[in-house]
Amino acid sequence: MYRIVTKEKLGPVTDFMEVEAPEVAKKAKPGQFVVIRIDEVGERIPLTLADWDDNEGTVSLVAMQVGTSTHKLACLKAGDHILNLVGPLGLPSEIERFGTVVCVGGGVGIAPLFPIARALRQAGNKIVSIIGAREKGLLFWEERMRSVSDELIVTTDDGSYARKGLVTEPLKEILERDKQVKRVIAIGPAIMMKFCSATTKPFGVHTIVSLNSIMVDGTGMCGCCRVSVGDVTKFACVDGPEFDGHKVDWALLFKRQQIYLAEEKRSLELWQSCHCQDA
Amino acid sequence: MEEKPKPKPKIDLNRVPMPRQEPRVRAKNYNEVALGYSEEMALQEANRCIQCPKRTCVDGCPVNVDIPDFIEAIRDNTMPEAVRILKSKNSLPGICGRVCPQETQCEQVCSLGKKGAPIAIGRLERYVADWELSHSSDLSSTLESAPSTGEKVAVIGSGPAGLTCAADLARLGHQVTIFEALHVPGGVLMYGIPEFRLPKGIVQGEVDFVRSLGVDIRLDSVMGKLATVDELLEGDYDAVFLGTGAGLPMFLDIPGENLNGIYSANEFLTRVNLMKAYLFPEYDTPIKIGKRVAVIGGGNVAMDSARCALRLGADEVYIVYRRSRVELPARHEEVENAEEEGIIFKLLTNPKQFIGNDQGWVTAMECYEMELGEPDDSGRRRPIVKEGSEFIIDVDVAVVALGTTPNPLIPLTTSGLETTRRGTVVADEETGKTVKDKVWAGGDVVTGAATVISAMGAGKRAAASIDAYLREES
Ligand SMILES: Cc1cc2nc3c(=O)[nH]c(=O)nc-3n(C[C@H](O)[C@H](O)[C@H](O)COP(=O)(O)OP(=O)(O)OC[C@H]3O[C@@H](n4cnc5c(N)ncnc54)[C@H](O)[C@@H]3O)c2cc1C
Ligand SMILES: Cc1cc2nc3c(=O)[nH]c(=O)nc-3n(C[C@H](O)[C@H](O)[C@H](O)COP(=O)(O)OP(=O)(O)OC[C@H]3O[C@@H](n4cnc5c(N)ncnc54)[C@H](O)[C@@H]3O)c2cc1C
Ligand code: SF4
Ligand code: SF4
Ligand code: FES
Repeated sequence: MYRIVTKEKLGPVTDFMEVEAPEVAKKAKPGQFVVIRIDEVGERIPLTLADWDDNEGTVSLVAMQVGTSTHKLACLKAGDHILNLVGPLGLPSEIERFGTVVCVGGGVGIAPLFPIARALRQAGNKIVSIIGAREKGLLFWEERMRSVSDELIVTTDDGSYARKGLVTEPLKEILERDKQVKRVIAIGPAIMMKFCSATTKPFGVHTIVSLNSIMVDGTGMCGCCRVSVGDVTKFACVDGPEFDGHKVDWALLFKRQQIYLAEEKRSLELWQSCHCQDA
Repeated sequence: MEEKPKPKPKIDLNRVPMPRQEPRVRAKNYNEVALGYSEEMALQEANRCIQCPKRTCVDGCPVNVDIPDFIEAIRDNTMPEAVRILKSKNSLPGICGRVCPQETQCEQVCSLGKKGAPIAIGRLERYVADWELSHSSDLSSTLESAPSTGEKVAVIGSGPAGLTCAADLARLGHQVTIFEALHVPGGVLMYGIPEFRLPKGIVQGEVDFVRSLGVDIRLDSVMGKLATVDELLEGDYDAVFLGTGAGLPMFLDIPGENLNGIYSANEFLTRVNLMKAYLFPEYDTPIKIGKRVAVIGGGNVAMDSARCALRLGADEVYIVYRRSRVELPARHEEVENAEEEGIIFKLLTNPKQFIGNDQGWVTAMECYEMELGEPDDSGRRRPIVKEGSEFIIDVDVAVVALGTTPNPLIPLTTSGLETTRRGTVVADEETGKTVKDKVWAGGDVVTGAATVISAMGAGKRAAASIDAYLREES
């Protein structure tokens, strides 16, 4: 059992929590994730480490409510327990001194981006960050991101806050303006990562994305998370989750993310029909 | 009294059949198929054993269970004694009695086998284990444990290899911690073999027994990530046993294999067994329920996947296997069970590619007809494609059950381990010792996918070797 130490709402559908998991906190590196199972009947879902504290023995998670598991998670309070938490899984991000790095975070992807940007900054890179979301309510951690960036640009699709538009627009401007950009890291919804990769391609800038395929074990045992990168099948949980965005077969990822659409809908409706909505 | 030559025992060749659920009923539920012997049946079967002086059966068992002795105890109705005899060699009798391929092990060399009616050793073993479970007198106390040695051993993996090694080491007085990646202990016994063949309650009963010996089981612990083998040895532990199994699924590597609806057997069985997707939406993990399901492969894993697909509600389930019936590697009994339940065998058939629709879902499988050529390395006749024989099978779910290889995580993160080209860890066959100091390995991680009892045998031998090493050291 893993105790939730603090719990906070970052927006109407975004939840932040610190969970007691001292051994994971000791080993965690930027870019890695954990798999959690909330209760006895729960499924195993992956969540990226948004932060960790070796001294306190906690890991931070940020989850967006999309289906049954993330809604269940939203209902938990500080002091409650998560049944299982396993990690740190996946390969850590490559942290080196590259020069200038653009970090792009979309929606809930801002959370995992934060420790990566921080580590890259500590490694001596100049960090230009772009964070964006559909609307103001889905944005969070603007100040945290600013604290690890040399420059920060904020966008919302609907213009309800900061610059109106998609994150790809400032991304393109930066690449046009600054030929020193050595690497782009884009984390967010698959569609956003696809378009970021398409934006950087003509500039020939190496682009890293973090693939959110459906997972079960997260240890290379089931092959559920398979993605195609450069025409080779990879298991996102052990070979990734970070890959070269210019080589990812995005169409396959989109299709495989939809496998359980009908079941997920049924599951959520059932859950909502018998649970409080005051999360 | 006058010495008379003993009369030759009368040989009874009527093997007592195992009562089973009716095929049509069981194809719709997850309850155990084989129902177990009653006391009467067990006695009748035990009475058939002629207590051969040569005890060939014992040599046929990879852990040398004293078969004639425990059978005699059943006959004498001294059940606690039967339990003691069994458990002194086999800490997981309830499991082995159910899943051992007896026809190629103990029962193959039983004297009565020549007459076509070997003693049903596995069924009797199960009977004894089930008796113990229903008479939960604390029998673990009847097993002597050695005094504590103060030595600490880390066992990685809680499958049959790890559980057996841990149990033996604990009995020898060592302090054992098992690290398990998943959220339940048991390895393939929990995530692979389905409830209807091996009830999970039985597995957890055996796990509890291992815990009762003082073994600490830490779940949610992926070693190589949470801590490396080297870190364990630098820290508290005096020796490490690797029982990490062969959990990496193989795929066919043919076009269309990443289409939606195509599962590895590991994923399919994990969703069904470990995550209980058959109870969706009561349980949160979903699974695609196919109408026409093809399972590719012919081993136990394929039979289990096919029978799970049927129980989920498929109309038609095929086993697609590239050799012929005699080469099917699955346990004989499970092939029969599958056939009775209505699984359709498409033998001498091999997929060429999967075909999908616009939404990325599999709709059909293009297959070749095969024929058998000369025997290959494995001694089985090699399947050869019949050119121009392509045909289509319509499917909406396919399960690839080709086999597995060891997960590379531990070898990749451990200094100085030797591995083969197939990814298995090199270890001495007799002792399980690897080339790395203080590290032993056994089970599927060494042999590649094999059997429960061979994994247990390896765990046992390694425990003996680790014990000898620790006593020498101290
Ligand atoms: C490596 C990785 C890291 C992730 N990190 C985060 C994170 O930090 N914060 C966050 O909010 N989300 C993260 N996700 C996505 C998150 O795992 C899914 O949102 C979550 O599993 C949805 O579960 P649900 O029951 O609430 O929704 P569901 O109704 O089950 O699903 C909604 C959508 O989530 C996806 N999904 C469903 N089940 C899984 C699964 N088992 N594994 C992966 N995706 C699934 C599906 O594409 C589906 O369309 C990450 C995914 C991956 C692979
Ligand atoms: C579907 C199926 C049906 C089968 N049917 C039969 C049968 O009828 N009869 C029979 O005799 N055999 C059968 N087998 C084979 C048998 O189950 C295996 O040979 C046996 O389980 C191997 O035991 P093991 O202890 O070596 O490994 P496993 O049972 O695979 O256990 C390994 C354990 O190690 C854990 N692990 C792996 N890596 C790590 C890590 N890095 N850190 C921590 N933990 C880790 C895994 O999660 C797992 O729990 C079947 C196998 C399958 C898949
Ligand atoms: S453990 Fe397996 S091989 Fe040994 S006696 Fe029992 S059923 Fe036979
Ligand atoms: S070989 Fe068969 S008959 Fe002989 S003792 Fe063993 S089980 Fe009994
Ligand atoms: S999630 Fe199972 S192999 Fe990646």
